[in-house]
Amino acid sequence: MNDVTKETEEVKQPQPQKSVREPLFHVVKRDALPVWKALLIRLGAILIGTVACSILFAITMKENPFDFFVSIFEGCFKTERRIWILLRDTSLLLLVSMALVPAFRMKFWNLGGNGQILMGCLATTACMFYLGGKWPDGVVIPLMIVSGILAGMVWALIPAIFKAFFKTNESLFTLMMNYLASGIVVGVLKVWVKSGSGTLPPIGDANLPEIGNQYLLTILVAVLITALMYVYLRFSKQGYEISVVGESENTARYIGINVRKVVIRTLAISGAICGLTGLLLSGAINHNITSTMDDNMGFTAIMAAWLGKFNPLVIVATSFFINFIDKGVGQVNTDFGLTNSAFSEVAIGIIYFFIIGCEFFIQYKIRRNAGKSGGDKSSGKVRFSLKKLFFRRREEKGGEE
Amino acid sequence: MIVSFITSAICIGVIFLYGCVGEIIMEKSGHLNLGIPGIMCVGTAGGCFGVSLYMKGLDAGASPNLIALFFIAVFFAFVFAAALGAVYGFLTVSFRANQNITGLAVTTFGSGFAQFFMDKFVDTSGLSKAASCFKKGLPFADSLGWFGEIFLSHGILVYFAIAIALAAAWFLRRTRKGLYLRAVGENPATADAVGINVNAYKYTAILIGSGIAGLGGMFYVMNYTGSWQNASTIQAYGWLSIALVIFTLWRPDISILGAFVFGGLYIASSYRLFGLSTSVLDVVPYVVTIIVLIITSVLDSKENQPPAALGLSYFREER
Repeated sequence: MNDVTKETEEVKQPQPQKSVREPLFHVVKRDALPVWKALLIRLGAILIGTVACSILFAITMKENPFDFFVSIFEGCFKTERRIWILLRDTSLLLLVSMALVPAFRMKFWNLGGNGQILMGCLATTACMFYLGGKWPDGVVIPLMIVSGILAGMVWALIPAIFKAFFKTNESLFTLMMNYLASGIVVGVLKVWVKSGSGTLPPIGDANLPEIGNQYLLTILVAVLITALMYVYLRFSKQGYEISVVGESENTARYIGINVRKVVIRTLAISGAICGLTGLLLSGAINHNITSTMDDNMGFTAIMAAWLGKFNPLVIVATSFFINFIDKGVGQVNTDFGLTNSAFSEVAIGIIYFFIIGCEFFIQYKIRRNAGKSGGDKSSGKVRFSLKKLFFRRREEKGGEE
Repeated sequence: MIVSFITSAICIGVIFLYGCVGEIIMEKSGHLNLGIPGIMCVGTAGGCFGVSLYMKGLDAGASPNLIALFFIAVFFAFVFAAALGAVYGFLTVSFRANQNITGLAVTTFGSGFAQFFMDKFVDTSGLSKAASCFKKGLPFADSLGWFGEIFLSHGILVYFAIAIALAAAWFLRRTRKGLYLRAVGENPATADAVGINVNAYKYTAILIGSGIAGLGGMFYVMNYTGSWQNASTIQAYGWLSIALVIFTLWRPDISILGAFVFGGLYIASSYRLFGLSTSVLDVVPYVVTIIVLIITSVLDSKENQPPAALGLSYFREER
């Protein structure tokens, strides 16, 4: 900071603008928008985004754009199995989002979900690989649960501790930890798989028990964690501390919150839930491990959590939506024989852009500047717009009277 | 073997160098662009598109002109990448969206778009011929032994990358505009108060930075492999470029050396250096980056910190 002020002092006032031209538009922060209005804007953005995708689809594929929507719905709901898979994957994404929410509320940008999930997978699979079949399942399974959760936790705690004590940039640190994790998994697989193919066959022993069918366990765990997280953030003292630290670290320190403790504790929770997701992925769903088993959920969940405004209940909807689009557009890929799943990424990217863009209209409003009247043109730009705003308010009030 | 190791370390390091210099310019304006992997993919697609058009227009059997090829490839890669950078810039500067999230969306879109575009619209048959033209080293490289091989045997794009890095270093350190740009990244409110047009600086930095990063992907196809394979390899280089930015402490001049070190670490596994197994060496670049990140934050020297406003969007009326 000091460095900057010194530098800017050296900056001798840049040449004054020759003619201060008034911009046509002018952005003002909104007061809180009614919920239904905000929702309407978001739905509108999604709709425009999807339509844009279908147009792109129609132009590049020379197909009927309506087929695009049919495919999306068929991809999600055509068979019972597809519905179950949609629900299971929504649950997985929901779990990861729940892991990220407390960290994000604290403004700790945990981009390391992928790595934390992978470490959970790795610890779980290690238990299955070395102990499965040798020890009774009643011993191995609890061990899997503990080690999977602990592994995710440790992976999140490393950057958290450095952030708490040295203010190390957490988004870059956690990002690097992802690649470290996937590198470790590749290395471990080389040791485990003697054939050198690098893929581990599914392990039959010590799998997590199925409830009802093979999908329900994941869904139930996700529902439970979501409910707990909602209560934790909303009604517990610790949840409140997280919000305060996120809003202002200085305030938190002033009212006697131990910021370091909160950061480390919150990231322990965050990593633990990611580890739990890894446990489900390896122990209940795939029964093995690959270096891409996280399926980039750590990143996708960022989108889900952010879209849901870090509110656990809203995130249920957003993670369902993201999976719906993902599965649907994936089906478009298979139906129309598009190679390498590339079109689905393009479509998802476009829809993301629209959703990200629409947040602007929820937070700000654009005002047209009133022609040539008013405003002191000779004054500097900054003062100009502030002054203008101030006067405009006054004039408006005056006019009403 | 050492000579050939260093030569190929330099060659692959240049991919990181392009990405890193582009990202440094953006980060200096306060924008942490996690879309670099996607932008590099799109730059690749653009470069390939331009080159394939040129090769198609060429008579059969005629050899391509290196100068024309160079300008076409650089121009198309730059424009394509900058176009995606413009989307990122529009969302983060004008719309003040969260930079991490926008960046990830850009990466998703960019890698998908590159793959899709290459499959549908680009004729890749001429690329290898163009690549062999790009790879040609300086004429007197062969006669100078190991020195020639390490320093002079590279294609024109390698020297172009070094020139860009030096120019960026000079711009950021020595020019008034560079000072303004750094001020925007450190404290946009202060910069605004002295009359610097914050948004214009941010947009310019993002457009130019994205364009330069896009050249990295183009370099990978034109000077390294000679053919298009898939977007995911280029994506991996993009993430490494972001790591390299931290490794080099936000300085383009150091990044030249850093890129070659990273390049060496990246290919070390295939040369079986130090007798270590491959998987251990693969993670070394990331571990080194983490260590650098920790050391700089522990030392807490003002010189080596990320720009203070990195990742924060600026709204003038919010004080």
